[in-house]
Amino acid sequence: MSQSRVVFRGMFLPYLLLLPQISVTIIFFLWPSYQALEQSFFLEDAFGFSREFVAFDNYAALFRDEGYLRSFGTTIWFGFSVTFLSMSMALLLAVCANRTVRMATGYRTLVIWPYAVAPAIAGVIWFFLMNPSLGIVAYWLKAMGVDWNHYMSGDQAFAMVVVAASWKQISYNFLFFFAGLQSIPKSLLEAAALDGAGPIRRFWTISFPLLSPTTFFLLVVNLVYAFFDTFSIIHATTSGGPVDATSILVYRVYNTGFIGQDYGGSAAQSVILMVLVIVMTAIQFRYVEKKVVYS
Amino acid sequence: MRLTLTTLCTLAFAGHSFAAPATVDFWHAMGGNLGELTDKFAADFNAQNENCQVNTVYKGNYTETMTSAISAFRAKEQPHIVQVFEVGTATMMAANDKGAVYPVYQLMEDTGLEFNQDAYLPAVVSYYTDTDNKLLSLPFNSSTPVLWYNKTKLDELGIEVPTTWDELRAAAKKAKQGGVDAPFSFGWQSWTQIENFSAWHDIEMGTEENGFGGINTQFTFNNDKVVGHIQSIADMGKDGDFKYGGRRGDSRAQFVNGETILWINSSAYYGGFQKDIKDFEFGQTMLPLENSAADRPQNSIIGGATLWVLQGHEEAEYKCVGEFFNYISNAEQQASWHQNTGYVPITTAAYDLSKQQGFYETNPGTDVAIKQLSLNTPTANSKGVRFGNFVQVRDVINEELEAVWTGQKSAKDAMDDAVARGNELLRKFEAANK
Repeated sequence: MSQSRVVFRGMFLPYLLLLPQISVTIIFFLWPSYQALEQSFFLEDAFGFSREFVAFDNYAALFRDEGYLRSFGTTIWFGFSVTFLSMSMALLLAVCANRTVRMATGYRTLVIWPYAVAPAIAGVIWFFLMNPSLGIVAYWLKAMGVDWNHYMSGDQAFAMVVVAASWKQISYNFLFFFAGLQSIPKSLLEAAALDGAGPIRRFWTISFPLLSPTTFFLLVVNLVYAFFDTFSIIHATTSGGPVDATSILVYRVYNTGFIGQDYGGSAAQSVILMVLVIVMTAIQFRYVEKKVVYS
Repeated sequence: MRLTLTTLCTLAFAGHSFAAPATVDFWHAMGGNLGELTDKFAADFNAQNENCQVNTVYKGNYTETMTSAISAFRAKEQPHIVQVFEVGTATMMAANDKGAVYPVYQLMEDTGLEFNQDAYLPAVVSYYTDTDNKLLSLPFNSSTPVLWYNKTKLDELGIEVPTTWDELRAAAKKAKQGGVDAPFSFGWQSWTQIENFSAWHDIEMGTEENGFGGINTQFTFNNDKVVGHIQSIADMGKDGDFKYGGRRGDSRAQFVNGETILWINSSAYYGGFQKDIKDFEFGQTMLPLENSAADRPQNSIIGGATLWVLQGHEEAEYKCVGEFFNYISNAEQQASWHQNTGYVPITTAAYDLSKQQGFYETNPGTDVAIKQLSLNTPTANSKGVRFGNFVQVRDVINEELEAVWTGQKSAKDAMDDAVARGNELLRKFEAANK
């Protein structure tokens, strides 16, 4: 007796069904990436009258610039700081929210609010909070004996943009961590409790490992956020200064392209940034994902 | 909803019955109160001219407006008029050579409208003329840096308003001893401490007449006078007489809350100060003179924005552009704009009218900017600056100056590096605009 199997004949239908996904990828990812790559080999005036092929000149100019090279270190340090701070704070808040019984919905709603704030606005809010002359947080810091002036101190400016960028992302991370915690079977936690494991031990041996798929996903998303999505925060707070203490790569891309109208130079920078993020994401999938437990 | 439909029907009907007025799109970067005044210009003009309809569109800040107009041009959807800030001038000039821009003098000639360039203030228009002294874009909102001071505090400490840098340094020292937290500061440091310091003391900032003569210009602001000036400010910083408060206008807060009592920045802060400063009397005076750099001040240079006309539209529409330009240049409109905003009037007639109206007597100090600008006939060093990629060059200058203020570099090293990095950007601009 031969078993009847359903087989789609011809290649037409599967490709048709894939078409929306493929076209979205081509139009919104591959095509712009190709444009950036192409643009990076040309020198062009702002209005687009002359376009000259200059091979790798745009790249060479970047690597001659010491400030640009310093930006790599700043960017990586910034990316990891933002990711660590926003994820750890979100996890802490999610664990707390998971334990509250009363007012849980209200609490969750409040934590999610900052996500609705546009990055540029977040930048402006922090700009006012931290302004050495009129910021309330700066005032508290001074009362505590901290000599706060992020216009003069690169470290303080860096700390400020890390906090501003993380604050914005905490809500997003919180949502995922909270959903993850909710889906952990209560029976496992109860069994551990009966065996005498305290809350902290239960968290580290049961909840945290079971959250690992969420954590890994958020790690990738947060790094991408920190690398690509934070230029408006920098623009609204420090403009990359003092000197170039907060000049991260994506801010330079924005500044060179949108403010300076140097499209070739900006495209070359985007290509480099894109390669950097691809390499980092590949490393994460290759090495970090091995530690992830998918149930 | 019904109202909207009715309006639409009326508009559609009107469109069919009468000859449609020529429509002119005007993209600007004036938000808030300034935006309302700009829209009012257009509304009043439209009410008087049935053949023309000027539509104003707020496109965000200066860079956003310029970027949108350039992208629109590349997509052949450009507005007729776009407001561009002064540092975008070299980019627009290069576009002019390639035929993207309709120079104002040319437009006025072609449309046969009355236009007298001499009616405009020389220091204002000289920033935007070509090498034959012909006006390319129409100045709209212009200001210049002045020295703002906290009169109440200076009187209390018995300090005279400084007129030279020697006096300013002494005043700051005395104020510091008298308990003022950070006596001296400034904003927009490239504009106030390098571009205007150079013009005020008639020092060249770049070759080829500060870039007016051609895009093969090279920076020269690492000269002894500028270096000496920057070093002297850095020395003030070491004693706490000067406190750096950020790029752009961030340090305004220091002045408003009394932490700083001598502050160099745009004269256009006037309107905001009147609203925000309640607990002390403030004043504005001319920029101080560095005696070792010049015997007398030359003239200061402007900041702000002008209106550029883009090519690619109908003749009738350009005629409306010309009429609109004449309308906003007339003395009454200009005087009201000047008095409401703190920007300088662009014509001599508007200045005279404000004098007649007694505006400067009731608002002392509001004529400092215009006096500074028209102090002398502008020289090659004081007409203005016109450098390619200048937005990025200013960032380079910001970075290098911050390295001086934070003690990482000497003024000499920082200015040398700024010139070298700036020249690289100039060469890139030259290569892209051959």
